[in-house]
Amino acid sequence: MNAEIEMGLWSMQEIGTRVAQDVEPNWLVNVGIGMPQVAIEPLTERGITLHSENGIIGLGPSPSPGDEDPDVIDAGKGFATVVPGGSFIDSITSFTLIRGGRLDLALMGAYEVSVNGDLANWRLRGKKIAGIGGAADLAHGARRVWIITTLFANDGTSSKLVKECSHALTARGVVKRIYTEYGVFEPSGDAFRVIGLADGVNATDLADRGVPL
Amino acid sequence: MSRTEIFATAADAVADIPNGATILCGGFGGAGYPRNLIAALAERKVTGLTVVANNAGHEALFEYGGVRKVVCSYPVGPTSRGFLEVLNRGDAELELEPQGTLVERIRTAGAGLGGFLTKVGIGTELADGKELIEVDGEEYLICQPIKAEYALVKAWKGDRSGNLIYRHAARNFNAVMATAAPVAIVEVSEIIEGYLDPDSVHTSGAFIDRLVMVNT
Repeated sequence: MNAEIEMGLWSMQEIGTRVAQDVEPNWLVNVGIGMPQVAIEPLTERGITLHSENGIIGLGPSPSPGDEDPDVIDAGKGFATVVPGGSFIDSITSFTLIRGGRLDLALMGAYEVSVNGDLANWRLRGKKIAGIGGAADLAHGARRVWIITTLFANDGTSSKLVKECSHALTARGVVKRIYTEYGVFEPSGDAFRVIGLADGVNATDLADRGVPL
Repeated sequence: MSRTEIFATAADAVADIPNGATILCGGFGGAGYPRNLIAALAERKVTGLTVVANNAGHEALFEYGGVRKVVCSYPVGPTSRGFLEVLNRGDAELELEPQGTLVERIRTAGAGLGGFLTKVGIGTELADGKELIEVDGEEYLICQPIKAEYALVKAWKGDRSGNLIYRHAARNFNAVMATAAPVAIVEVSEIIEGYLDPDSVHTSGAFIDRLVMVNT
C-alpha cells in the first residue's frame, strides 16, 4: 500500500477532475451510478450539462439536507437537483435522446473492458440476477463511452482491462477510454494504448500484473 | 363530454382488475409510483398478476404472492428484496429488458405498432429470445410490443377531462404508460377546479379512463 502512495496514484477525486478537463464545454453527458459519480462535481463546476436517464436534463448536485424532493431523483434513485435551464422529460424522450445519438458522452463504471472495447458492467460471472437499467442503451447510443474504474478488481490482483470479458456483456466494441488511478487507457484492438500514467507508474510493471498493454 | 370517469376511492378505480391481469405500473423507484392504486389491488388480494415497470419494488403485491411475473429493467436494489425472495422461491418469473427497450415496447403497444428494431443488446445475452433482422446492411433485434390490459399511473394534477400534469422527474414511465393500455387508471394528488391550461397538459385526457384523487 505504501508503495502505491509513493507511486502517486490518482485519488478518485483527481480522476473525476481529469475526466472533467477532457470534456468539451458544450457536451451533454450522462454520469452513471457508482464510481463515475466522482466526476459530477467537477463537471457541474465547469457548467457541463448532465443528463439522467430517468428524465432530467441539467442534473445538479445533491440537495442540502432539508431540501430533498422525492420527485427529483437521479438514475441511482438518490436525491438530486436541477440546474437553471434544465428540464424534465419522460422516459420515451430520454431514450430517444440516448439512442438517437444526442449524448456526447456516457461515463460508466465497469467490471471489465476488453481490448476491442467490449464492456461488461451489469452482472458478475456466476450471479443469477442483476439489473441492466439503462446501461446497454447508453453504451450503444452515446457518441462516446468512457469508463471510470479502479484498474484492478476487488481482489486487488485481477486486471479489469482484459483480452476478453468473462462477465456478462453490456455491449460490444463501445468503450473509447478508461480512466483509472494508475492512468488513462484506450482499447486499440489487440491491447490497450497508454494515454497517460500517474507519477511513478511504469507500463512494464502494469503489463507484468496482467494488464494487456 | 369526457370519457374520463372520476372515482371516489382507489379501491373503486381498480375494483374490476381480475386475477391474471397484465398491468403497466408507472414510476422510477418511488418517484411517480402509483402506490395507492397498488395498495388497493393488494387489499383485494388480486393474484397471478404480470407487472410491467422499471423496477420490481411492488412489496404490497409480493407480501401475499399476488405476482406471477415481473417485466422490468432493474430488479435489484433496496426496494426489490421482496421480489428476490419470491423469485428465489420460484413463485414468480422475471423478464429483464434494457430500460430503453422496455419503454419502447410499451410505447409501440399503445401506438398501434407491431414492434420496433434496435441494436441495443446485440451480441450479448440481452438479445436472447429476439430475432435478428438486416435492414440496409445493418443488423437489428426485433422487439415485440408489451400488451397490457391496464395502466396504473401517478400524476400530480388532473382536471375532470382527464388531462394530466406530472411533477418533476415523476413523469418518467407514467407519460407513456398512460397511452399504452386499453384502460388507463390514474391517481392524482389534486383534481383542480376548472380545467388545466391546454398548453401545459402533459397527457391528454383522451387517453385517460379513470381518475382518482389521493392524499399522498
